[in-house]
Amino acid sequence: MTQEQRKLICITCPRGCALVVTVEGETVIKTEGNSCKRGVDYATGELKDPRRMVTTTVRVKGGVHPLAPVYTESPIPKPRILDLLAEIRKIELTAPVKFGDVVIENALGTGVNVLASRNIPAKSEAS
Amino acid sequence: MLKKKYDVIVIGAGPAGLAAAIEAKKTGAQDVLVIERAQELGGILQQCIHNGFGLQTFKKDLTGPTYAQRFIDELAELHVDTLLDAMALNVTSERHVYVTSQSSGFVELDTRALVLAMGCRERTRAQIALPGTRPAGVYTAGTAQRFVNIEGFMPGKRFVILGSGDIGMIMARRLTFEGAKVERVLEIMPFLTGLTRNYVQCLLDYDIPLQLHHTVKRIIGNDRVEAIESVQIDEHRQPMLGTEETIPCDTLLLSVGLIPENELSRKAGVALDPVTGGPFVDEEMQTSVPGIFAAGNVVHVYDLVDWVTQAGLLCGRNAAQYAITARKHDGRRVRMKAGENVRYVIPHILDKESLAESAQLLQMRVTLPIEEPVWVEVMNGEERVTRKAELYVRPGEMVNIDLPQSAYDAVQRASELSVRVVRR
Repeated sequence: MTQEQRKLICITCPRGCALVVTVEGETVIKTEGNSCKRGVDYATGELKDPRRMVTTTVRVKGGVHPLAPVYTESPIPKPRILDLLAEIRKIELTAPVKFGDVVIENALGTGVNVLASRNIPAKSEAS
Repeated sequence: MLKKKYDVIVIGAGPAGLAAAIEAKKTGAQDVLVIERAQELGGILQQCIHNGFGLQTFKKDLTGPTYAQRFIDELAELHVDTLLDAMALNVTSERHVYVTSQSSGFVELDTRALVLAMGCRERTRAQIALPGTRPAGVYTAGTAQRFVNIEGFMPGKRFVILGSGDIGMIMARRLTFEGAKVERVLEIMPFLTGLTRNYVQCLLDYDIPLQLHHTVKRIIGNDRVEAIESVQIDEHRQPMLGTEETIPCDTLLLSVGLIPENELSRKAGVALDPVTGGPFVDEEMQTSVPGIFAAGNVVHVYDLVDWVTQAGLLCGRNAAQYAITARKHDGRRVRMKAGENVRYVIPHILDKESLAESAQLLQMRVTLPIEEPVWVEVMNGEERVTRKAELYVRPGEMVNIDLPQSAYDAVQRASELSVRVVRR
C-alpha cells in the first residue's frame, strides 16, 4: 500500500508542535515533529477519530449569574459538537450550581459527561 | 471586619493576586487582605470558560473558572481576608491604601508590603485609531467574552474580528457555538499572534477564514455597524490601494493587544518601563518603591496563566518576607521632626536600637538666622532629651548635634523626636 504524509498541528498543549504523520491507508506508520509522546497519541486520534473538548454555558435560574460554564469531562467526537451544543441549549439549571455537578450524563450516548466548571451560588446566598 | 494595618495587601484577585496572597500567607504573613474590584474572585479567568489552563501547574487541562476555583478554595482555607466590589482609589509610596466599597465605605489601610496585581486591559478602537463612523457594535474581544459567557447575551449576529490574538480566536469559536456567523479574522501582521493550537481548534475546525497582512480600513454604518472595509497591508505596513473589500457584518471585535494597568502604580511613585508598560522589578518582583511588589500581567503580558501563577507565588513569598522583617522594626523606629526654627532633620527616621551601639549624629538647617547664643534641643514632646549650645545659627551653615548613648532610655519612650533652635 502507498504511504502518504499528513500535516497536523498538535493541540494537546500550548506548544502546538507541527506534526508530519506518515500513514499507510488508515494506519499511522510514523509521527515526526512532536516534542513528547502525547503528539503520537494526538496524531493517531486526529486521523482516526478526531475529538475535541467542548466548553460552553448553560442557563441558570436564580443564580448570581444567568449562566454557568460547563465542559465535557473528556473530548467528544468532532462531528457531534454542534449536536451537543443544541442539547445543552435545552437545559436550564437551578442555582445553586456546584463545581463538578453533572449537567448531562453520557451526553448523546458518547459516554462523556458534561460538568459544571464553577459554583454559581443562588442570588440570596451571595448577599 | 477590616484591620487598620496588614502584613500584606494584594490589589487584584486574578490569578496573580490569588497566588500572591496564598503564598504570602503560607510564608508567614499574619494578616493578608485581597482587594478586588469585581463582585467575585478569579479575575478574567471567570469569563475564560474554555479549557487549556493548568497544564503546567496541575498537569491537567482545566477551564478558566475551574483553575480559579482551586485558588479561591485555598485562599478560603488559609483565612485570607477579601474585600470585594471595592475600588482601590489611591496608594502612596508609604503603602497607605485608600479604598472605597459598598460593604465598608471609604477606608484607609496601611500595609507592611503591598502587591500590585491589577492585570491588564484591552487596547480599544481609540488606541489603534480605526477610521470610519462611530456606530454601535464595536467591542473589544474581552468585553464580548464577558457578555456571552457571564452576562448571557450576544452582542451581534455577524462578526468580523480584528486581530489573531488568543482571545480573538477563542471568541470566534465561542460566537460560532452560540449561533453567530464569524465572517473573517483579520491580522495586520504577516503571522498569527496567538497560539497555533487556537488557530486549529478555533478557526480551522469551524472553517472561519483568517487573512494575514489585512486590517480594517474603515468602519461603515451610522447607528449600527453595517460593514467593515478591509484592506491588504504591504511589508511597510501601508494599505495597498485596490485591495479593499467590503465585508457585511453587524459587529466588529477588536483583539489588538493588552496593556498593563498601572494607574495605581504611578500614584505610588513606582517607576514604569516604557517598553512593557509595567513596573521595573527585581528578581523578587519588588518595584522601585521599597515594600511595593508587582506580579502578573500588571508587569508584562503573559500568554499562559500558569506563568502568571508562578510570578504571583514568587511575589507573594517575597512580599511576606519583607513584611515579616518590617514587623520586627515596628515600634523600634522614631521619626525625626523639624521643630521651631528648624527646616528639616537628617536622618528622617532613627532606629531606637542604634543608640545601643553608638551616639547618632543629627544634622539640620535652621529657617532663620539668630545672631546670639542659642540652644539646639532634641525634644520628646515637652521632655528634653538632650541639648547643645551654639553661639549663633545661620541657614547657610549646617547645624550638627549628637544624640548621645545616654539618651537611650528617653528615646525608647518616644514615637517621634523634634529638634528646635531657641534663644538661650
